[in-house]
Amino acid sequence: MAKVSPLEIYKYLPGLNCKECGEDSCMAFASALIERSKSYEDCSPLVKDEKYKKKLEKLIELVTPPVKEVVIGTGERACTIGGEEVMYRHELTFFNPTALFIDVSDDLPADELADRVARISRFAIERVGQKLRLDGIAIRAKSGDAAKFGEAVVTAVENSDMPLMLCSFDPEQLEVGLEIAIERRPLIYAATKENVDAVAELAAKYGAPVVAHSPGDIQGLFELVAKLRSKGVEDIVLDIGTYPMDEKFGSSLENMVMLRRLAIEKGEKLAGYPIMGVPLVAWLNGNDPAKAAMQECIIASAQLLRYADLLVLHSMDMFSLLPLLTLRQNIYTDPRVPIQVDAKLYEIGKPDENSPVLLTTNFALTYYTVASDIEAGKVDCYLLVVNTEGLAVEPAMAGAKLTGSLVKEAIEESGVESKVKHRKLIIPGMAARISGEIEDLTGWEVLVGPIDSSRIPAFIEQKWKSDGQG
Amino acid sequence: MKLNLEDIIKSLVDMESIELENVELDVEELVIQAKQAMLMPILQQLQPQAAATLEAKPEQKLEALPEITFEKPIKEYRGQVEEITLGATRSEGGSRGKVLKIGGQRTLYHFEGGWINKPVVSFDVFDIPQPQFPKALREAWSEVWDSPAEWAREAVKRGADLVTIHLVSTDPKVKDTPINEAAKTVEEVLQAVDVPIVIGGSGNPEKDPALFEKVAAVAENERCLLASANLDLDHKRIVDAAVKYNHNVLSWVSLDINDQKTLNKLLLEEGLPREKLVQDPTTAALGYGLEYTYTMIERIKLNALKGEKELAFPVSCGVTNAWAAREAWMNVAEWGPREYRGPLWETVNALAVMLAGADIMMMLHPGAVQAIKTIIDSIFGDYQGVEIKYEDWLKV
Ligand code: B12
Ligand code: SF4
Repeated sequence: MAKVSPLEIYKYLPGLNCKECGEDSCMAFASALIERSKSYEDCSPLVKDEKYKKKLEKLIELVTPPVKEVVIGTGERACTIGGEEVMYRHELTFFNPTALFIDVSDDLPADELADRVARISRFAIERVGQKLRLDGIAIRAKSGDAAKFGEAVVTAVENSDMPLMLCSFDPEQLEVGLEIAIERRPLIYAATKENVDAVAELAAKYGAPVVAHSPGDIQGLFELVAKLRSKGVEDIVLDIGTYPMDEKFGSSLENMVMLRRLAIEKGEKLAGYPIMGVPLVAWLNGNDPAKAAMQECIIASAQLLRYADLLVLHSMDMFSLLPLLTLRQNIYTDPRVPIQVDAKLYEIGKPDENSPVLLTTNFALTYYTVASDIEAGKVDCYLLVVNTEGLAVEPAMAGAKLTGSLVKEAIEESGVESKVKHRKLIIPGMAARISGEIEDLTGWEVLVGPIDSSRIPAFIEQKWKSDGQG
Repeated sequence: MKLNLEDIIKSLVDMESIELENVELDVEELVIQAKQAMLMPILQQLQPQAAATLEAKPEQKLEALPEITFEKPIKEYRGQVEEITLGATRSEGGSRGKVLKIGGQRTLYHFEGGWINKPVVSFDVFDIPQPQFPKALREAWSEVWDSPAEWAREAVKRGADLVTIHLVSTDPKVKDTPINEAAKTVEEVLQAVDVPIVIGGSGNPEKDPALFEKVAAVAENERCLLASANLDLDHKRIVDAAVKYNHNVLSWVSLDINDQKTLNKLLLEEGLPREKLVQDPTTAALGYGLEYTYTMIERIKLNALKGEKELAFPVSCGVTNAWAAREAWMNVAEWGPREYRGPLWETVNALAVMLAGADIMMMLHPGAVQAIKTIIDSIFGDYQGVEIKYEDWLKV
């Protein structure tokens, strides 16, 4: 849809300019549709009035992303994958971050399985104000015993509300799992050339999303997809195979690129589904655990960068998940808006009228780095955040987005002058250049702080407290 | 007590426990019993049925899959990335044992057939010891960092395709090492290794042009890469030195595609031949702006292939910047052991820029270099590994 212009979309809108959609005009609504900040359903005349039926159909066709959105799971933790419209993030943005599923195998003792499932659900780490989490649990039918597989699914359902992926090539085992977990809308793994008839029937009967599995063979994959579609199954995920770092690793990445390019640039409907990968294969060649976890992280990162929408992993080690989660956070950041925090006065710890006032920018990374350094040093203070349009201190300085007059505005609007008795402002070392300007415009005295915020606590200890302040 | 299947499933799904009044059972037992109570009917119901279907139509063949033909989505591109040669052998007046070619792509992806050269990896070597390095890097290099020549030799042993000697100590704010001494360091490194070398300045805009004039002369005809020319210094002098003594120039800007075009154009106008220009758009670390670098490289490569000649040059990346991220080096228990985390941070950073289109990755950790070289070989089909059966992942 990225290549559609607002004008093209406008043709299929009612043209009433009635503002019911919350936009000022149909033209504005057309732009909002392209940016995906609004959905076609928000134009109530279009959806309700029979006479626009033709237009509506055409519009839906125009705005439906070339990669179908597939929802796995239900409730708060339901995860949506796919829905992408562009090959490169600067062309618009990527929408649904790659879902990370962690495996459990059905031959684990029940208590271990329950424990692992609970740990997967609880897992969270904060970075730049965002909670980074895992997205689902892949239950592997390793035992080969349907009853055991069923038990594992029960344990997963009992101990977690996360989306599930039922993994077996045996339709009977899959059906046992589906009977138990269907209300959770699990992802079925997988339809293969051999079992596609039975699995397609299951997917249709239970209305669950299903993976089409055809390692290394795109043509075979398309045949599976066509078969699934002919049975009325539309929620499909593509598995083109994952290989560890051997000679096929490269080609498995390229297959992912080909699938996405076919979907987005060639309009190939059979490729228009989310893609999945299994970096867990790193554990197949008998590596020691640390090595396998590292290799898994590398494979996962490469696949994430090559359009994978869902990945199945084994390691829950933070050393290997953190780089991957960070990469995902970076790549899925909307290039149209850097991650920002509100520009206002923040209280860190329990500041009072004698506490120091520190200045920083509203780029989320900057704010959270500075705030966590101050917290770690147990400094009670006010942190005055200036709106630099989401730029870090150095780029803001370089681009003249952090200036004396902006600081003046921030001081006035934040009400800091009624919170503290003194008039001293600590600025980042990197902003030393504008200290005179700030003093002239605000009448505040400026103390130039250290270059790196990790040294703020020491700075406060030496320069603030020794001055008889605080 | 009688519960029907649906009730059990529902209660489990709702995450509520099954209430059993006046019954004493320990919890574990209850779970197991509930599980069996739930599973048995499902199994009984499903298995005979499945068996029955199979029996009823024993001869039934799978329905034929629909016929579909698939064609690789290969595109036609108008432009081509310039091919750059690094290093010169004896027959060309240099003394390198091997010569590297980078860039030259006619397509965006390898499968489209237009990739002539693989991306390469350079190890960073500094002209003075680097005690401020994070622990993992100190451990890797402290034994050799007293001697840049030793360091370079060790780097080649550990898989460097080329070596970058950073003359950081020439900066007046660091040690103000005289230019003549820096030139000696370059000569030593050239003698110690026979791979092509990159020569890095200190970044000092006053001193760098004079420094490059001198080192370019002592390394005459070795076809080094002079790193770097930027908008803040007298780049004409660097271009002149490169042309006179037969070297390449790295055109470095800070994450701005228009700046990159401007600087490249200036360097060409000043007389730098097209086949001597490499560009560096700045590598922001994973977690600290990597997405800007990633997207900028993608845009450079896409525009180059669309025919934008000012951007059609190979890209070099200072992946070592990955170590600026706290997550790469800081000892934080929650983040897991840093001896694994750090190298992984650098590897993932390298992977991202490489998949975006980088041709040279300048790196520091031997483990990260090994990992990234394995991946390069795998993508370019040169790696002989063990074969696995993908389907086996269900049974690991
Ligand atoms: C990512 C990045 C960008 C991104 C900006 C992302 C963003 N949202 O801010 C983009 C691509 C947009 C960008 C643009 C530019 N950039 Co830029 N950019 C960077 C990069 C790679 C990282 C910056 C970053 O995120 N740092 C991390 C954050 C957390 O750092 P920080 O905000 O400074 O906070 C630290 C300190 O300042 C301090 N601190 C913060 N607050 C406080 C408060 C107190 C009280 C104290 C004591 C300390 C303190 O502690 C923090 C942790 O250390 C740096 C290179 C580098 N340093 O690695 C170049 C860099 C900052 N950019 C640079 C330049 C020149 C620019 C541009 C002018 C380029 C151009 N030609 O257009 C533009 C300017 C912006 C504009 N056009 O308006 C130069 C600046 C050179 C200089 N010193 O003047 C740098 C250093 C690159 C270089 N070596 O040339 N840039
Ligand atoms: S609701 Fe529909 S018709 Fe009314 S302004 Fe919005 S787009 Fe136009």
